[in-house]
Amino acid sequence: MKITRETVLHVAELGRLEFNQEELEKFTEQLGRILQYVEKLNELDTRDVEPTFHVLDVSTPLREDVVESWLTQDEALENAPHREEGFFAVPKFIED
Amino acid sequence: MEYEAIIGLEVHAQLLTESKIFCSCSTKFGARPNSQVCPVCLGMPGVLPVLNKKALEYAIRAAVAMNCEISPRSRFARKNYFYPDLPKGYQISQYEEPLSKNGWLEIETNGTRKRIRIRRIHLEEDAGKLIHEYSRDWSYVDLNRAGVPLIEIVSEPDISSPEEAVSYLKKLRSILMYIGVCDGNMEEGSLRCDANVSVRPRGSRELGTKTEIKNVNSFKFVQKALEYEIRRQIAVLESGEKVVQETRLFDSNRGVTFSMRSKEEAHDYRYFPDPDLLPVVIDEEWIKEIKNTLPELPDARKERFINQYGIPSYDADILTSSREVADYFEECVKHYSKPKTISNWIMTEVLRELKGEENIKNFPVTPEKLAELLKLVDNGTISGKIAKEVFSEMVVTGKRATHIVEEKGIRQISDEAEIERIVSQVIENNPNEVARYRAGQEKLLGFFVGEVMKATKGKANPRLVNEILRKRLSQ
Repeated sequence: MKITRETVLHVAELGRLEFNQEELEKFTEQLGRILQYVEKLNELDTRDVEPTFHVLDVSTPLREDVVESWLTQDEALENAPHREEGFFAVPKFIED
Repeated sequence: MEYEAIIGLEVHAQLLTESKIFCSCSTKFGARPNSQVCPVCLGMPGVLPVLNKKALEYAIRAAVAMNCEISPRSRFARKNYFYPDLPKGYQISQYEEPLSKNGWLEIETNGTRKRIRIRRIHLEEDAGKLIHEYSRDWSYVDLNRAGVPLIEIVSEPDISSPEEAVSYLKKLRSILMYIGVCDGNMEEGSLRCDANVSVRPRGSRELGTKTEIKNVNSFKFVQKALEYEIRRQIAVLESGEKVVQETRLFDSNRGVTFSMRSKEEAHDYRYFPDPDLLPVVIDEEWIKEIKNTLPELPDARKERFINQYGIPSYDADILTSSREVADYFEECVKHYSKPKTISNWIMTEVLRELKGEENIKNFPVTPEKLAELLKLVDNGTISGKIAKEVFSEMVVTGKRATHIVEEKGIRQISDEAEIERIVSQVIENNPNEVARYRAGQEKLLGFFVGEVMKATKGKANPRLVNEILRKRLSQ
């Protein structure tokens, strides 16, 4: 798969990233190279191989349904750039 | 041209666990904002999610109740998008290998039964809540709901009318409540519905372009939103234009749907398996165990009610749509052996007074007390009409019917001699009507009955009054 500048811009948009022309060129080239490297895997015939998502063959541990308190409202909001009346406050983003 | 609608529903149901799906925060509704959060559901770096066993069990329970196949092995995936109610920048959901697939449930509209297939039921976490109304410049974020366990139930596009959609939703809600995995409270958002809808010329094979209507949260609004959207799409096609694939919202005040006109990129969630969570492996034993503990479901119970109690299908449907109401009915039958009479009383008096079926557990008129009231009608102590008044009194005071009857002196007059005496008086006072009756105007019987009732303040036994009047008037 060829990485075009449009692909990079699209991904940047989805990730809310901004960069200049120079960076755009650089990332396009770098991402292209990374994919090219991974392309190597396509030389193998993997038709009969299950995709590996985890290297260990284990299943998820489960937690009992028990409530524990962690943070107070104050602690939860401590790092918030802006808070109001116990809420995280973000610039209004919906048009009326 | 005639058109047909094709509808698929995506329903999100909050599971009734105590704690969240991947952390130990409480799921209780109505707490102070951001007071039920922790590093995991706030999306702090370096934390790891651990799956809640109960959430998984409830999801399996729902899937089994809706005839789904449970995948022995399923997986969580990240659905990536940015929105202020989503602290991590992704929602943990299931994508390629959902918990369960290929189920169905049966609906009945206008007497016709139809099977609606369910494509999948999967587990995911809820997002936080946004409040836009409190401030002009800021949107408020409450993350108490972030991480509350949900199941998403996706139907196949087998629904072909707004009525069927409502019927499907009602059945779904009823099942979820029967099996105790969701409280079904649409107002508080425990059950939310998105609808996909398209139209096409009747008989056509091709699917039309669909729109998605988001977050329609009452049965009435689902019906109205779909009716509007179907009309709108038909009008668009009739005018020679094309339906645009988009997400729309329903404005319940104006009764219309409108485009969200989101500036978001077209859906590009870049799903990928969540590396923080291992595969969910479910053994056959556990599924069996869950199957064995399922209660009798609404459809089965309805059939049984029809066969066992000989009540009409219509009655059985209403009585079994809520587990609590069905329990109430069966308890009544134990104390009073006329199921149809009980059914009539529940469908009218009881359901009217209840104001929400979940309140039946604390209803002052217990099955035993209702049975006692009905027996008073049967043995002639009070008439059916007076019984309704007594019932209202029972709802308010919680007293027994016999007490109320004694207290108010409303025992029915079943003494023939006394009724004879009153009838004589009525006949004496209304010579004209008597003459007309005897001349053939038999409709006037009702007038005489009314007079006797007036004279006895409604306490005379209606059967005796009728009998005696007929006898005396024909002399």
